[in-house]
Amino acid sequence: MSESSVAEPWSRRSANPKFDRIMVTPEGVPLHVTVAAAGARAGALLLDIVIILGLIILVTLAGLGLLWAFGLALGENLQSASGPLQFLAVLWIISVFLFRNAYFLYFELGDRAATWGKRAMGIRVAARDGGRLTAEAVIARNIVRDVELFLPLVFLTSGEASGSMTNLTAWAGFVWVLMFLLFPLFNKDRLRGGDVIAGTWVIQNVNRNLGDIVAPSSAQAVADGAAPVAGYKFSEADLSVYGEYELQTLENVLRTGQQAALEKVAASICQKIGWEPGSGDERAFLEAYYTALRGRLENSMRFGKRRKDKHSEPE
Amino acid sequence: MSSEQALSAALLRSDRFRLEREADWTRLEDIVTKMEKGKTRRLLDDDVLALPTLYRTLLSSLSIARENSLDAGLIDYLEGLALRSYFLVYGTQTGFGRWLGSFFGGGWSRAVRAIQFDIWIALFVMIAGAAIGYILVAGDSDWFYALVPGDFSDVRVPGASAEALRGTLFGGQEGDGLGVFAAFLFSNNAQVAILAFALGFAFAIPSILLLIHNMALLGAMLWVFAQRGLTVDFIGWLSIHGTTELFAILLAGAAGIHVGRSIAFPGARSHLKAASDAGKRAALVMVGVIFMLICAGLLEGFARQLIDHTAGRFAVGGGMLLLWLLYFIGFGRERRRPGA
Repeated sequence: MSESSVAEPWSRRSANPKFDRIMVTPEGVPLHVTVAAAGARAGALLLDIVIILGLIILVTLAGLGLLWAFGLALGENLQSASGPLQFLAVLWIISVFLFRNAYFLYFELGDRAATWGKRAMGIRVAARDGGRLTAEAVIARNIVRDVELFLPLVFLTSGEASGSMTNLTAWAGFVWVLMFLLFPLFNKDRLRGGDVIAGTWVIQNVNRNLGDIVAPSSAQAVADGAAPVAGYKFSEADLSVYGEYELQTLENVLRTGQQAALEKVAASICQKIGWEPGSGDERAFLEAYYTALRGRLENSMRFGKRRKDKHSEPE
Repeated sequence: MSSEQALSAALLRSDRFRLEREADWTRLEDIVTKMEKGKTRRLLDDDVLALPTLYRTLLSSLSIARENSLDAGLIDYLEGLALRSYFLVYGTQTGFGRWLGSFFGGGWSRAVRAIQFDIWIALFVMIAGAAIGYILVAGDSDWFYALVPGDFSDVRVPGASAEALRGTLFGGQEGDGLGVFAAFLFSNNAQVAILAFALGFAFAIPSILLLIHNMALLGAMLWVFAQRGLTVDFIGWLSIHGTTELFAILLAGAAGIHVGRSIAFPGARSHLKAASDAGKRAALVMVGVIFMLICAGLLEGFARQLIDHTAGRFAVGGGMLLLWLLYFIGFGRERRRPGA
């Protein structure tokens, strides 16, 4: 993608660049999204299946409990009391149908577009084209689930149970199961059959906190009327050794604030720019250097010049 | 240090940019977090109204920050918040009731009309399937056992007496267990219809095979009854719910064929785009199919057992068919305004 600097790969560091995609909002702003990994998808699905089975068992138990209560109330007349029995049976059949089909629909149509399993895994459904996730899309992606998951399961278990599985049908069934079940592994966006048909994909939720200003102490010093940047003064040459990559590394070190890392980085910077490393005020030194470096890089950025890292040519 | 002081003291222009807008961002984050937790009702009206504005302000902040700031943590935060609020602003906002209203008020019939071509294919396939079943069994009655699964063919087998067959059509049930039967039929048929649709994903061929197989079963059964001169009674028995049920299966198969055809022959669009366009249209049809199958299950479970003569069954079945056709052909047509 060449339309803006946003898409330049080095402006963003990600844990797994293979799954990074760009989605353009209707306002035309590209946003980074991360496609959910196959493991998270499988985990979410397993959780959902367990929940559905649990719900079915719960309803069955409740039905049996009611049946038992009827038995107590009616005594020997249970045979003639077909009305409530039928009602229970109807209720059971319909609720099992609903659990199997409507569970996914209901949750994916909600604000978070995720079933309980997906929520637990921190993933959600979204429209691939960046538009609205419509009810039709959610219905389409879940109707296909039947052929991807439940049908092969039913096929295998019933064939196994009735003993009608000849070698050929068993293998054909196995290939069938694998074809649909492993479909997400054969495309880079981890789309399953339902996603293809519905125009959706499953992406990771993001939840990042707004951190503090990276180098507050240098600003503090100015407010207190002390000498700018706490006495550190860097020359052009001192600041021209690093690029944006190193700046971000430094930002990371400052944000985490581990003493050992601070000392190590301070020492290596001092060595690079030929300063004598002091001790005890690594943090102040690093913050001052960070502020100066960022000011310089941002300044040239405003003129359209960016420097990727220390290996690229200084502008 | 107050925020005013911080603002004036910030050395970097990009930090000043951040401090000036921080309050709006945290307000948006607050709203978004509450909405994500399902506490939308506890939000103030002001906040709900402000959401779209705050979201667009945030997007512009993000665009500026990307060009002006090298604070990676800040840009990450803005990206994350923009994505979260994007999902709320462009979420599935149609309430279920409103969606259902627009669905029955024309969305469904329009979707059905849009896949007309595939309905003709499916209709042809179904008629061919029934004919194949009839002809096969007529040629060699052993085919019956190959086509019809064991639990269907209790007494309805080739060579059964006319009385036995008549018994399965009339008066067999005394009104007991009808509700259970209806619910079971619905659940079963709905699963078959969903299958017929979902199989369309594999280039529509399995959908077509499924339609042929189911209809061949019907054709075989028709032959058994025709042998004993019960053709009209059998069709009456079938039509009371069958016009609705077979219509639903026809639509489900057509929806599957529509998707499969779009994947195989996407035309000028990309394969993925064609598939998702067709899939959304077909999904609408499928919701309607489920609704039709509920009707069919009720008709089959109750009406068929309660109306015990052929003429009445034809009347109900024909009436239902007419109703569906009227709805699909006539309902929800968009009137084009002159000049629009």
